[in-house]
Amino acid sequence: MDTIFNPLVGGLLIGLATVIYLLSVGKVIGISGILSQALFSKERFLPFLFIAGLIIGGSAYGILTEQTVAFPETRSPLLLIISGLLVGYGTRLGGGCTSGHGVCGISRLSPRSIIATLVFMAAAIITVAVLK
Amino acid sequence: MYAIITLVAGLLFGLGLAFSEMTNPTVVIGFLDIFGNWNPSLIIVMASAIAVGMIGYAIKGKRLAPFLASKWQVPTLRNIDAKLIIGSSLFGIGWGISGYCPGPGLTALVNNPSEGFYFMAAVIAGSGLHYFQTRNIQK
Repeated sequence: MDTIFNPLVGGLLIGLATVIYLLSVGKVIGISGILSQALFSKERFLPFLFIAGLIIGGSAYGILTEQTVAFPETRSPLLLIISGLLVGYGTRLGGGCTSGHGVCGISRLSPRSIIATLVFMAAAIITVAVLK
Repeated sequence: MYAIITLVAGLLFGLGLAFSEMTNPTVVIGFLDIFGNWNPSLIIVMASAIAVGMIGYAIKGKRLAPFLASKWQVPTLRNIDAKLIIGSSLFGIGWGISGYCPGPGLTALVNNPSEGFYFMAAVIAGSGLHYFQTRNIQK
């Protein structure tokens, strides 16, 4: 992976997605929020469509770009379940994840989102350091 | 039109994650590992996404309504409360454990299904727990 070019283009694509969505539909892109709308709201079609697009685009790995870092060897289900429960519950309690708070929230300079991003980044960095 | 835009936004977002290899938890953990062999690429992803996003908000500021909808529905909450801090802390711990946040978790259903299945099942359970906990309060 080119350590500057690939993340730069990837970030521009993510930014472009948020701008197109914002200016046409009038909403921010928050994956955790869109996922819970797809599951628990009455209007499920559009959130499902977004998720379908995300999965198709996100699995275009080997087609568009060379996969340079191997995926991890499959880790224990218990670890993945604990992680998923914390991510699922935490993003709903905190009202957003890396996309809603991290990208969209900081783009609009929301103090809530800036604080949320600093907190989840710090918590994740400490977790990785402790688990190593 | 709404549906096409929604699908295209999802596709572009997914392509962005794939292109920057943020769909790969090894890359994400490499970024979070600032005390080890640090890989700074996620900062570049976030910074370029935010830079483009800011252009969007600058355009929004000049318009009364979005192009396809009657009103803006951008979050208006401003308070920094315990829920925000505790929720974000729990999310960060979960993110650090596996290297998956919700977007890459969804793409893992295809890219790495033996992991994606357990992770996403638990994300849905965690979101569901919060939904059923707060459903009565919101009514």
